[in-house]
Amino acid sequence: MAEEYKSDDMKVVEDLTSSEYKWGFVTDIEEIKFPKGLNEDIIKKLSEVKNEPGWMTEWRLKAYRHWLKMEEPKWPKVKYDEVDFQDIIYYSAPKKKPQYESLDEVDPQLLETFEKLGIPLEEQKLLAGVAVDAVFDSVSVATTFKETLAEKGIIFCSMSEAIQNHPDLVKKYLGSVVPYTDNFYAALNSAVFSDGSFVYIPKGVRCPMELSTYFRINAMNTGQFERTLIVADEGSYVSYLEGCTAPMRDENQLHAAVVELIALDNAEIKYSTVQNWYPGDKEGKGGIYNFVTKRGLCKTNAKISWTQVETGSAVTWKYPSCILQGDNSIGEFYSVAVTNNFQQADTGTKMIHIGKNTRSTIVSKGISAGRSDNSYRGLVKISKNAENARNFSQCDSMLLSDTCGAHTFPYIEVENKSAVVEHEATTSKVNEEQIFYLNQRGISTEDAVNMIVNGFCKEVFKELPMEFAVEAQKLLAISLEGSVG
Amino acid sequence: MANSNKPNIKDKYIKDFELFESKLNGQSKSYLHSLRKTAIEKFKSAEFPTLKDEEWRYTNVKPILQSEFIPAANAGEITPSAGEAEKHLYTGFDYYKLVFVNGIFQPALSDIDGITGNAIVSNLGSLKEPELQKLKTHMESIGDSDNAFNILNKAFSVDGAVIFLPDNFILDKPVQILYLTGNEKSEILSSPRNLIVAGKNSQAKIIINYQPLFDVKYFTNVVTDVFTDENAIIDFYKIQNESEKAFHIDKIDITQKGKSVVSNFSLSFGGALVRNDINVLLDDEYIENHLYGLYLATGTQHVDNHTFIDHAKPNCESNELYKGILDEKARGIFSGKILVRKDAQKTNAFQSNKSVLLSDSATVDAKPQLEIYADDVKCSHGATVGQLDMTAYFYILSRGIPADLAKSMLIRAFANDVIEPIKIAALKEQLNHQILQHLHSKDF
Repeated sequence: MAEEYKSDDMKVVEDLTSSEYKWGFVTDIEEIKFPKGLNEDIIKKLSEVKNEPGWMTEWRLKAYRHWLKMEEPKWPKVKYDEVDFQDIIYYSAPKKKPQYESLDEVDPQLLETFEKLGIPLEEQKLLAGVAVDAVFDSVSVATTFKETLAEKGIIFCSMSEAIQNHPDLVKKYLGSVVPYTDNFYAALNSAVFSDGSFVYIPKGVRCPMELSTYFRINAMNTGQFERTLIVADEGSYVSYLEGCTAPMRDENQLHAAVVELIALDNAEIKYSTVQNWYPGDKEGKGGIYNFVTKRGLCKTNAKISWTQVETGSAVTWKYPSCILQGDNSIGEFYSVAVTNNFQQADTGTKMIHIGKNTRSTIVSKGISAGRSDNSYRGLVKISKNAENARNFSQCDSMLLSDTCGAHTFPYIEVENKSAVVEHEATTSKVNEEQIFYLNQRGISTEDAVNMIVNGFCKEVFKELPMEFAVEAQKLLAISLEGSVG
Repeated sequence: MANSNKPNIKDKYIKDFELFESKLNGQSKSYLHSLRKTAIEKFKSAEFPTLKDEEWRYTNVKPILQSEFIPAANAGEITPSAGEAEKHLYTGFDYYKLVFVNGIFQPALSDIDGITGNAIVSNLGSLKEPELQKLKTHMESIGDSDNAFNILNKAFSVDGAVIFLPDNFILDKPVQILYLTGNEKSEILSSPRNLIVAGKNSQAKIIINYQPLFDVKYFTNVVTDVFTDENAIIDFYKIQNESEKAFHIDKIDITQKGKSVVSNFSLSFGGALVRNDINVLLDDEYIENHLYGLYLATGTQHVDNHTFIDHAKPNCESNELYKGILDEKARGIFSGKILVRKDAQKTNAFQSNKSVLLSDSATVDAKPQLEIYADDVKCSHGATVGQLDMTAYFYILSRGIPADLAKSMLIRAFANDVIEPIKIAALKEQLNHQILQHLHSKDF
């Protein structure tokens, strides 16, 4: 659809990015591949390959030693085959730039999916002003718009580069919101993270464009351990987009990312995610395990807003959270989670109110179809000193089949009497009268359900940057395909 | 979990059981005792819950395990005067009366004259063999929902209220069951085991009133089972007025059959550490279940309410409303779970929990949960935490009403949603008064 809008300027972007991203799912790119398994030597070697300074190696090792002492969490309401951490290749990087592959080599089913999606990169081009930092496997291979950003003093680079070029910033902030001791997967990530994105917005700067990164899992048996760190200095603003697609896979793959956001005084960070990792086939075979730790820290008057559209992964386990430490800080969480077939999602947020006059909003929409399970799990904690804290949470679930499950597990902990906390949750099926009304207007049941579901999710979609909103709606339709009737 | 108290306290209760058994003589072969023996065997391998258990994450039972309570059956009996018992009863209406002291039935203080037909309004200890036959199926099991405390109850349950309503039997007056607990000489463990079985089309109103006999430390550990057959209508009022030094752990299991209606009120005023578990199984179609809860806590009181509603069959409706008022350093917990099973289509399930904090040191934790596996359902839950409406408060003050009374009025109004549906007018009146007084006696 986007061909006719293609401008010359955007050609550059295309050349840089499409070659990695486009359809080349079964690539025979030369790779540096580590042997399977994890031990101190692997971590040292990983650090060495990446030419990291000593403190980084030491940090990784500390995380690894701590990880050894931890147990895999069992509390989420998801079931999956145990992950054998010794059966994972912890590092693989393309030696040279990947080659353009012929479309004929690609699984037609996948192509069809992308057709329906409207080719995300084309859309990016269409709605110009988006910098794309394409992560191919674990190493960042292309960064665009860097110069525009550099003029403003904005640092937007891969984590590896940041460790080399901005060690002070990394040292100061890495692990400050999600310490390596935080949880099992955060510890693992801290030990073995291969790459990720680093963003620093200087004081008072408003980032002129949406920053975005594409992740993709390519090599067989390679768990991806992304590490993202975004620091918004005083009075700055940034909107960051994260989107992911993954090719068909038979084996389960582990994805354990850590995202840390730091919004200093008066800063604002908007973090949007569209997640559509491979969810497994209709029988529930294969698919990605997505165990992610995302957390933001708000200083005085700061604001962090998480928006996520979760349609992929066989198992999702993710709680983007806000620590509202500074007075008057604001945390927001908008989420749409769609599960179909045998997908399982256990997602939600934590809003920790510490400062005075802190506010948080949670809007979560869960849609379950097929034989899937979809849970919202959230915590709203008002600490003793959080005077006049305010929270509003709304968690709605929609069920599209009689074999799926929709669950809500909110936790509310209040230690201050001036707090006002409201939580409401509803669960219902698609309104048959609405379907009938749309049928009457000549709209097929499948389209009708899509319209209703889109309406149900509108509150969240409107929080997404525009290009993502378009993609999200299409994703939703694809995810729910075949779930009606 | 390493907890040095645990093996000791468990061994102590197992020894207590041996002592209790040795004094039984002839009764040791009885059916009831065989149940107790099964329970103590289970108890040996059971573990007391810790903060690491998800269902107990907000309630630390350590204070209970650190005390060495003496099972009531092993302690000397005390018989209070009729007047003593009388002043703890709710009055102003006609009722049948079952009075227990430290969990043991007091025939002299009770009054069940006028019960006719095959109905049983009695106590566990005095059931005869034919009566036991009728109730056996409802007494045997130790279920999955039983924790170590519930099993401990079943091991030491020598007595408790038993109400059996045959088909089509309508109880003409409410039954008031009074539990007086406490002993000045020793720290008592009272283990009442209540059983309510309502036949088809039967109706009854039942009040269970827990009161202190002395204002001392003791531990009331109750298990109550309620079974309602088709079309039965049961109103169940549990009013917990224990001593503020006492521990109270109560589990109510309710199993409902087709078209039956159960309204359960759980009103908590007293107790140092209180845990109420209510498990409801809607095991047939067109059932109605209403759970109302109110918890007023002040000082360092800790009140933990857990409810679980299992919608196992289609076309049922459950309604739940819990309200909490927390003052001083009190802590209130509400955890409510609604499970809608795969077959339970056309379920309507609603849950609401509202709490008010009156002090900066009071805390509230809420965990309303929905677990839904059927699609054609309407389910919702809501939870709010806040303080009193300051605009309304100012309005009342501006009409010349003193501050403390104004606050009491607002709280009374807040609690009204839970009190209003009570069907015994005189009881409602007294509870309203009790709420006002409970708060009025405190300095705001």
